[in-house]
Amino acid sequence: MTKARTRQGPTGTQAHALDVDALIDDPATGIIVCCGSGGVGKTTSAAAIALRAAERGRKVVVLTIDPARRLAQSMGIEELDNTPRPVSPVDTSGGGWLDAMMLDMKRTFDEVVESQASPEKAQQILENPFYIALSSSFAGTQEYMAMEKLGQIHAQAAVDGSYDLIVVDTPPSRSALDFLDAPERLSSFLDGRFIRLMLAPARGPAKLMTAGFGLITNALTKILGGQVLKDLQTFVSALDTVFGGFRQRALRTYALLQADGTAFLVVAAPEPDALREAAYFVERLSEDRMPLAGLIVNRASPAPAGTLSADEAMAAAERLRKRDPESLTAGLLRLHADQTRMVEREARLRERFATAHPQVATAVVPALAGDVHDLEGLRRIGDLLAGQ
Amino acid sequence: MSEAANDWPKVRLHVVTGKGGTGKSTVAAALALALADRGKNVLLCEVEGRQGIARMFDVDPLPPEERRLTTGLPGADGRPGVVHALHIEAEAALLEYLSLYYKLGRAGRALDRFGVIEFATTIAPGVRDVLLTGKVFEAVQRNTRNKGAIQYDAVVLDAPPTGRITQFLNVSNELAGLAKVGPIKSQSDTMMTLFRSPRTAVHLVTVLEEMPVQETADGIAELRSADLPVGGIVVNLVRPQDLSADDLARSHSGTIDRSEVEADLEYAGIAPGPALVDGLLSEAHDHAERRALEDSQRVLVGGLGGPTYELPRLPLGVDLGALYELAASLRDQGMA
Repeated sequence: MTKARTRQGPTGTQAHALDVDALIDDPATGIIVCCGSGGVGKTTSAAAIALRAAERGRKVVVLTIDPARRLAQSMGIEELDNTPRPVSPVDTSGGGWLDAMMLDMKRTFDEVVESQASPEKAQQILENPFYIALSSSFAGTQEYMAMEKLGQIHAQAAVDGSYDLIVVDTPPSRSALDFLDAPERLSSFLDGRFIRLMLAPARGPAKLMTAGFGLITNALTKILGGQVLKDLQTFVSALDTVFGGFRQRALRTYALLQADGTAFLVVAAPEPDALREAAYFVERLSEDRMPLAGLIVNRASPAPAGTLSADEAMAAAERLRKRDPESLTAGLLRLHADQTRMVEREARLRERFATAHPQVATAVVPALAGDVHDLEGLRRIGDLLAGQ
Repeated sequence: MSEAANDWPKVRLHVVTGKGGTGKSTVAAALALALADRGKNVLLCEVEGRQGIARMFDVDPLPPEERRLTTGLPGADGRPGVVHALHIEAEAALLEYLSLYYKLGRAGRALDRFGVIEFATTIAPGVRDVLLTGKVFEAVQRNTRNKGAIQYDAVVLDAPPTGRITQFLNVSNELAGLAKVGPIKSQSDTMMTLFRSPRTAVHLVTVLEEMPVQETADGIAELRSADLPVGGIVVNLVRPQDLSADDLARSHSGTIDRSEVEADLEYAGIAPGPALVDGLLSEAHDHAERRALEDSQRVLVGGLGGPTYELPRLPLGVDLGALYELAASLRDQGMA
């Protein structure tokens, strides 16, 4: 299913540090998409950027997918109702505000079906077991629905001016590329040979395939039983009428993402897997001519002070341990060595990324000692993102 | 550790799950190495199409068929077993399944040609999951249909993340809407019997942070409500424990005696400049803060039930040697 990917070497000139404030203050920035593989702090980054932008005067809505419970509570969006809700307390003295919403994937999908089909037809589709499977767990449904919702909010905001900046958190997936692949995956699914075949009897020219079709329906009946096949046929014919419009919407949203007002921020942790995903994503964005604003490296180990190397610290710790196995200072030195090694490794990983992708502006956010689960924590992350 | 002394003597299928970023693939690999001693055959499976096994063990990308991967961690008698690897793909699994269980002949090939396989494995992750778990089931419960295949002493599955694991293993439920009767239904019921039996254990990997621990607790509750057997909790990426509890408390409260540290540094041959001492003390303070947070999360993890195992955070990352080191640690702690 994944298409073979090629790599891309360095392009462009050396970038500076990512200037988050310049990005969010620029009135031309209308959409910020935070992408990255799972577990790298995407949701927190998206929320922190949205809050910061709001407090600097932008009218912001943040669309999150799966926030941690306490963070969701503190933003007032623990209820999944697919409607943006105001977040408070937010400093609105600059004229901005912040709304937040959590995406309800199934509901978004259902709403699309309801808007595209007659009530009876819609009901029939919503009850079909294949539709239920597709809408609740199709690989890519979440991504696609996030795009759908983004398109809706964007269209709405263009009409009523409710927001001038939309911050999108992308679904937690193994691969950051899933988000960009979603519309294409849905398209190729709808264009798949099997769907065309199932639709064939209803149309003229494909009569030739009927022989093969009989063979297949017989095989499927043997494996699945007749009822399943009937459900399947109902579902596929519904697809044809309802989902034709889907594809166009997906393409429109995709074009929106390619437009000037959009900025992609790739989020990663200073780990080889996360940075590898980030690299694929960066390459893909440039391939698709999508506007990349920069890379956020989250949870970086804070650099130790001073110039004492890890090896020196370990040697000194050994000497002290020989004299006193419980030595406090030996413990401090070992901690220092451990910290220094972590920082060196992370720096090496980042340097390698930068060598291959010198054009990517980067912001490094040091790990906080505690978890982030309130607006104060988000403000702190926002400060760190902006290099303060 | 002898065979009888490990915590999971009856388990043939070890499912390893965890929140993204907690290192579940690393733990699955280390567990497979730890289980493979004394000539045993262990199969390490991955189902997410990422070629994580190939990357971790630095071998060529794996095909969707069983391959000998490496030797396991030697047992007390010095004898290792063998770890095999399997990269499970839904499409390949469906074709294999069809040829094993249905004599479809020409129709089987037609299914592929007309995109049915692609359709079936894309439309409903339910179908996809059943194909993936079905292959795992087949490896655990080899029967006469698969002649000449290796009989495994244990199978380790690098499974989907905690948020999805119950849905993934609860195959008969996933198919309930799609196939109420027929051969698929009865096969998924047989699979559920294994997954719910004491021969299966679902281990959860976490780190000592609030969100992953919360997700682990939620995952355990979901597994239990689906009657799936919860195994151990592996606490990964644990910070070094170089300071005593007493010293930690003093680091946190900032009451460490500077002159003592300065004298020690001097003794150890390091010039104790004020910047260095400040740096060491502030690092210790941050570390103590993190450790306090870890300790509170550790208490929560301890309250989730089931044995827990801890693996250290390795400052240099995980390479092949580190995998064996982690395997040894898991075995010492009785997980394998």
